[in-house]
Amino acid sequence: MTKGSPLDEILRLLGEVHELELEKVDLTLEELRLVLRPLMTVVPPPVKEAVPAKPLSLLEAEFSPFVQEYPGSIAEVTLGATSADGGTRRKVVKIGGETAPPWHFLEGKFPNPPAIAGDVFDMPVPLPGPVRAVLGDAIEDPIKWAKLAVEKFGADLVDIELVSSDPYSKNTPIEESCKLVENILQAVDVPLIVGGSGNPEKDAKLLPKIAEVCEGERVLLSSANLDMWEPVAKAAKQYGHVVLAWTSIDMAQAKELNRRLYEYLPKEQIVIDPTSAPLGYGIEYAFSIMERIRLAALMGDAELQCPMGSATANAWGAREAWLHNPEMGPREYRGPMWETAMALAMLMAGNDLYITLHPAAIRTMKDVIKWLMGEKGEPTFMSWIGVK
Amino acid sequence: MAAKKKIGPLDIYALLPKTNCGKCEPGVCMAFAARLAERTISLEECPPLWEKGQEANLKKLQEMLKPPVREVKIGDIKVGGQLVVRRHEYRYFNPAPLALTLEDTLPEVDLLKRIKKVEEYGYSYIGKTLRLDMLAPRYVSGDPSKFEATVRKASLTKFPLVLWCTDPGVMEKAVSLVKDRRPLLYAATKENWKEMGELALKYQCPLALYSPFDLKTLKSMAKTMMNWGLQDLLLDPGAGFGEMLKETVNCFTVLRNTAIRGEDPEVGFPLIASVARVWEDGGRKPEELAWEETALATILMVRYADLIILKSEEIWTWLPLIILRENIYTDPRKPVSVEPGMRAIGEVNENSPVMVTSNFALTYFTVASDIENSKVPSYLIVVDTGGLSVESSIAGRKMTAQTIADAIKASNVKEKVKHRKVILPGMAARYKGELEELLGFEWEVMIGPRDSSGIPKFLAEHWK
Repeated sequence: MTKGSPLDEILRLLGEVHELELEKVDLTLEELRLVLRPLMTVVPPPVKEAVPAKPLSLLEAEFSPFVQEYPGSIAEVTLGATSADGGTRRKVVKIGGETAPPWHFLEGKFPNPPAIAGDVFDMPVPLPGPVRAVLGDAIEDPIKWAKLAVEKFGADLVDIELVSSDPYSKNTPIEESCKLVENILQAVDVPLIVGGSGNPEKDAKLLPKIAEVCEGERVLLSSANLDMWEPVAKAAKQYGHVVLAWTSIDMAQAKELNRRLYEYLPKEQIVIDPTSAPLGYGIEYAFSIMERIRLAALMGDAELQCPMGSATANAWGAREAWLHNPEMGPREYRGPMWETAMALAMLMAGNDLYITLHPAAIRTMKDVIKWLMGEKGEPTFMSWIGVK
Repeated sequence: MAAKKKIGPLDIYALLPKTNCGKCEPGVCMAFAARLAERTISLEECPPLWEKGQEANLKKLQEMLKPPVREVKIGDIKVGGQLVVRRHEYRYFNPAPLALTLEDTLPEVDLLKRIKKVEEYGYSYIGKTLRLDMLAPRYVSGDPSKFEATVRKASLTKFPLVLWCTDPGVMEKAVSLVKDRRPLLYAATKENWKEMGELALKYQCPLALYSPFDLKTLKSMAKTMMNWGLQDLLLDPGAGFGEMLKETVNCFTVLRNTAIRGEDPEVGFPLIASVARVWEDGGRKPEELAWEETALATILMVRYADLIILKSEEIWTWLPLIILRENIYTDPRKPVSVEPGMRAIGEVNENSPVMVTSNFALTYFTVASDIENSKVPSYLIVVDTGGLSVESSIAGRKMTAQTIADAIKASNVKEKVKHRKVILPGMAARYKGELEELLGFEWEVMIGPRDSSGIPKFLAEHWK
């Protein structure tokens, strides 16, 4: 410290006081070395924690909520078509259109209620006890199952999964799969999701054929992925359908797939499925990827501005949903709640379309969505919990 | 309005004693600073920092590291302390404790059964035991002696306590019984806040502020309490299902966003989701109310609740909540996948079974723990599925006969075992024929259970 420096001056002044209180002062120094004069003692101020007097009335505070504007918005996707648009559905299902993060009511609009599809398989598949209990012999008959999902469970759509078309399964011929889809279109009047088996070679042939026989019905083709997207995208473009864009918990992949699909289709014909890992089995990855996709879209990333879909029925993949173990509580309650809880978490992450198995999950989701949309109404789930 | 700037280790290091005294677990100041920056250690663990002469640095560090949502201790459990609104922005801290109500109208035998149920409950999940965390004696009888008796019973356990009572006179008697337990006083309202504030000051206990669906009053109460010298506050903005759900979600959403992104310290406190209030809707069936309570708790678990108060004692309602909590509070930086390759689970020998699974971290740990449960040491060949589960990786063609065959060949398991049998996950059954062909018909491919919880039974029956 050189004589006459400002600090020296301060210290000189300090010699005459016992206390110094600095207010609103920022010291930015590389290294501060205080050389204190031998006779000067710095006495810390006595700790006098004066107990503030008991207040007589509440101090009024204004609460001004933090509100952000978002430059982007989510495309509105229409599933199904009525006779006015060349289809035969009683009504269409619209999803998407949000202008703010999920249920940030003060920051934007949520014009369309998220929609719930009932999951239907084209052949008997291993299903957990609580699901078998509500399906009964409909497990054997996809037409009956589809009607049950719509008429009794209250599903907004039906997802017919053509798993038997897999060459490693029954290798059901394409014409037969198409016939089944046509029959389901006859049997129910809600929009359809049509899923292939996941075998890329077979799906590449099957899904375009489905698109052709469903022309005019605006079905959701499930799915296009990075191994097989072009045939589905082309068929959706030619016959006016929507594509489910499936990637595996990876935002870069979701963007890449949409870039490719955008060469054929507008945002209004794509639903993003970033993979829904079950509760207890990776839901945190699914939850966060959905939150990130939705935020990026709202911040303006055009490659992600599509509604999202979730195979919430995956919840049944977690053993906690189906194990028959009294120590975990009765599974006729636990199982449906497992699927419901997973769907509710996805709902808070921004998901728009749910593929669900159990009617208690379908009904609870529809109740919750109704209330979040500001509508009145009593709950409707009650008759479907605890069914053995 | 941006989120609080992230603090780097160098900012912290500058204020530490820099003596590398070795009194903390990391041992040296720079490592301690790094741990502070990633919030995996607390200032209390640096003893020299609390010695005379360090006050200024300590204060600066406390200010620097202060989370926008205050961390409050109830008993020995910390709640709140959140730095971010969404978990992917960094991570969530202090998994929201679940407190179970103890209504003081319960007959003693039922009360004791309820307490015992919480004490004994634990669920094993990927190497951890998940439990409920707190007890919440609740004054509903109108008879102060019953509340006192309930609090006494609860205090015999080790659980931190939430004292649910809005009558200050009754509360004072209860808190004086358990004042050394640092219970949460639940709650101050628009009507009783003066008396409750005095109790919180007198007994140095955390205090909950309850103002259902009225955030202006809630914030006014917080401001008043802060001015009065109270710091350890929690906010309960109300919780309702049905037609109150929208407002419930709105209140939690704006409170947390305003605290963190709006940097409003007067709402920067942990949030209480008192979903037990669902039960106030009388005349309904218990299982319906339990269902609604669980649904509401699920929603608020992922929508910023830092403490959840439950009434249902059905285990089917607890299980989804403790697991969802475990999942959501996981550090998102934790990798999704494990290294592919072969692992030995237990003391393997040349007769040990050989199993195949995916390299999704959760799959791997679940399968490994199920193999341990079977008490049959085994080789586990981890296929590179890009971090997908078995089911997803089959659907996505990451696990195919070819990738499994490649993994088996690369593992060199042929040198390790005498037999030639490999067990596939049940979900990969379709690959049996193709895989046997790819392995030159040298190996018999067995089909294991569809879920690895069936491994012990499978090995008992098929591996002799």
